Amino acid sequence: MSKDSSIQHMMSYKQLALVLISLLILTGVTVGVSYVHMGIFNVPIALGIACFKVSLVLLFFMHLKYESIAIKVSFLSTVGFLAIMISFTFWDVAYR
Amino acid sequence: MNKPIDFIGIRLGMWLFLYSEIILFGGMFVLYAAYFHAYPTDFVEGGRQLNRVIGAINTIILLLSSFTVAASITAIRLGSKKLSLSLIGFSFICGIVFLINKYFEWGAKFHHDIYPNSETLINGPPGQNIFFGLYYVITGLHGLHVIIGMTLLAISFVLVASNKIHAERFAMLENSGLYWHLVDLIWIFVFPLFYLVL
Repeated sequence: MSKDSSIQHMMSYKQLALVLISLLILTGVTVGVSYVHMGIFNVPIALGIACFKVSLVLLFFMHLKYESIAIKVSFLSTVGFLAIMISFTFWDVAYR
Repeated sequence: MNKPIDFIGIRLGMWLFLYSEIILFGGMFVLYAAYFHAYPTDFVEGGRQLNRVIGAINTIILLLSSFTVAASITAIRLGSKKLSLSLIGFSFICGIVFLINKYFEWGAKFHHDIYPNSETLINGPPGQNIFFGLYYVITGLHGLHVIIGMTLLAISFVLVASNKIHAERFAMLENSGLYWHLVDLIWIFVFPLFYLVL
């Protein structure tokens, strides 16, 4: 069962702490940026930072980076479905 | 107990459930996007009335608790039961602090006559009514998830304490952790969308 060792990957305290520090810094950045008024660009910047933070949580805290292909593919399919749901609904509303 | 534990299967089951949760909140964010497009100025005005500081503190609390939950899994796998228990306990307390903050935040809004069906919202601009409607539904649903996550953490705490979860068998703790991280993920989007709009 050599495959088991790769499946049972374990995050070290140090790795987890580094992820936490990056997340806290990004939170500071997103709050700081919100005070700078850039008109409509504030929204994509805030969402961009949020997406980056979410990726960090998913990859390391939820150890998606080390999961089997079944979980990775099904997760990406869910995100794909969500993107279709949000973008098509929004296009309909925006260009009706 | 010679049966091997199917770690991938257990986790895949949890992930399938998490996908349905992601779609549930995705639907909420679609509503947000559509109405933000319709009433941009009212949404900005509404967002200004929310307390950024409380929002930021709650973000930090959830991120910190996510870290401690992840670290508790590492701890139990390295065999340090005591450390794992205190990390789970700390995460649970973070959940309580989050809810207390939410209580004061909602309380302040109620005090200013901003709640579903209140005079101010009904007679005010329609966009603000929708903004605060979405605010209460989404943060309320999220708060419910915090309570569910805390329940799962409490169950895991008891199971670790009674040696039902140990270095060889920790799927329950891992799945509770996944749920707790999901709660965190949703908040990472809720925070900029409601508290930091423009």
